Amino acid sequence: MAETKTGSKLEKVLRSGVMAVTSECGPPRSSDPSHIIAKGNIIKNHVDAINITDNQTSVTRLCSLAACIHLKLQGLEPVLQMVCRDRNRIAIQADILGAASFGINNVLCLSGDHQSFGDHPKAQNVFDLDSMQLIQTVRHMRDEGRFLSGDEIKVPPSLFVGAAANPFADPFKIRVPRLAKKVACGAEFIQTQCVYNLDKFELWMKGVVDRGLHEKVFIMAGITPMRSVGMAKYMARAVPGMDVPDELVKRLSGVPKDKQAEEGLTIAVEAIQRLKEVKGLAGFHIMAIEWEEKVPEIVERAGLYPRPVIQ
Amino acid sequence: MIVGQQKPFDEIWAMVRVHRRLTVFGCNTCVAVCHQGGNKEAEILASLLRMRAVQEGVEMDIAHGGIERQCEHPFFESAHELLEGSEAVLSMACGIGVQFVAEKYASTPVYPALNTTFLGDVKTDWHFTEKCQACGDCILGLTGGVCPVTRCCKRLFNGPCGGSSKGKCELSKELDCAWQLVVDRLEALGKLDDYEKITPIKDWSKDRAGGPRSFKLEGF
Repeated sequence: MAETKTGSKLEKVLRSGVMAVTSECGPPRSSDPSHIIAKGNIIKNHVDAINITDNQTSVTRLCSLAACIHLKLQGLEPVLQMVCRDRNRIAIQADILGAASFGINNVLCLSGDHQSFGDHPKAQNVFDLDSMQLIQTVRHMRDEGRFLSGDEIKVPPSLFVGAAANPFADPFKIRVPRLAKKVACGAEFIQTQCVYNLDKFELWMKGVVDRGLHEKVFIMAGITPMRSVGMAKYMARAVPGMDVPDELVKRLSGVPKDKQAEEGLTIAVEAIQRLKEVKGLAGFHIMAIEWEEKVPEIVERAGLYPRPVIQ
Repeated sequence: MIVGQQKPFDEIWAMVRVHRRLTVFGCNTCVAVCHQGGNKEAEILASLLRMRAVQEGVEMDIAHGGIERQCEHPFFESAHELLEGSEAVLSMACGIGVQFVAEKYASTPVYPALNTTFLGDVKTDWHFTEKCQACGDCILGLTGGVCPVTRCCKRLFNGPCGGSSKGKCELSKELDCAWQLVVDRLEALGKLDDYEKITPIKDWSKDRAGGPRSFKLEGF
């Protein structure tokens, strides 16, 4: 997987064989971009690329594309998250060209949370394409230089194409086949759901390696530090597809309230150190939700710093 | 069949209260099965409206009637006189019937008593569930006889999403995950390998997106 296909810095790091590190920032619910620019600058030296979420949990925010442009103009490496919930194939292809026109080189293809979880539960949803078909669409535009209609794109977009995977959702038996399907659609890197159940993640990774999928796609494990036992309990109870083992909740409960955040960071660092040894894993995607300032510390303590310098 | 649910009574009353001669008109097939819009329900709703009219001191002559289907001309013969003499009609049919009546009686106001809710099945006498969205391009042959367009909240053609948990959808613990059902069916059929076939991008022009649909029988 040595030869790069796009201008993506993330692709270069992954193909170099170094464990890659990405993180994510959520745009503001405002037209003021200063907050997201500041977040990006806090973490820029400790990560290879920064995902910008796309109206995450279906709450309306400054759009992912504009936020990516703000980061790009700062010289950072954004990953454009794109969901199928809010756009049809016309808008999706238009936004891909728009992103590419600003030199954005990474896209993460997602279905998107259902709108009923967000601030506009009465909204219509689109889902003209699903996440697999979105992966196919970007690859088609890039590799064939054509729109879905078949019309030619004079200057095709140069995007490194990512997708998500949740090893903890059901039914478990199709979770490796589902990854295989995303790879067959053209996914080049994967960022997983937050990993707390390390045993189950390792079982999934074994299935991935047994099928040789790790040789076809770069898999980055999702890491989200817990800020408190309350957050751990909430994620265990209320976030669909999240697997938070009881032992983790107990460990946080056993620590005084003012030390729980510190313990949460330590748990995240320990998870990275253990998962670094897992065969087939290519990096980490650190999602410190509204806690971006802790990303540098996690990266340093986990031994993932300094980041490689890519020309 | 087509499933409908009666609108809240206050909403119905607000629509019709300005009229002095009203006919509550039942449709005795689909929406009678779900006990919402049949001739019997028309009679009950007419009684309730008469009581409300008395309570509010509104003078209103309320008749009731019904036919087997409000979506086909021949069934209207028996009710023609009743409808011709009505100042307004409160149709208990689905949206198809309401529009059919409106088209037939061009100068008579017609109001919907029901919200047309879905195309569904009769799980039990009292439980109805959505099964089809009439997307115009059926893929049930690929998905083990379970429709992802209707039954997956994100209508994923290559599901399930990351929110599928213990067989249920992330939207509600009452709701089956359509893709869990697909996987279970494929497994029961000995075709689990088919899960990895990629369902291609759909042609939505055959759906609502392509504009109102119709077809004509050639040489009929």
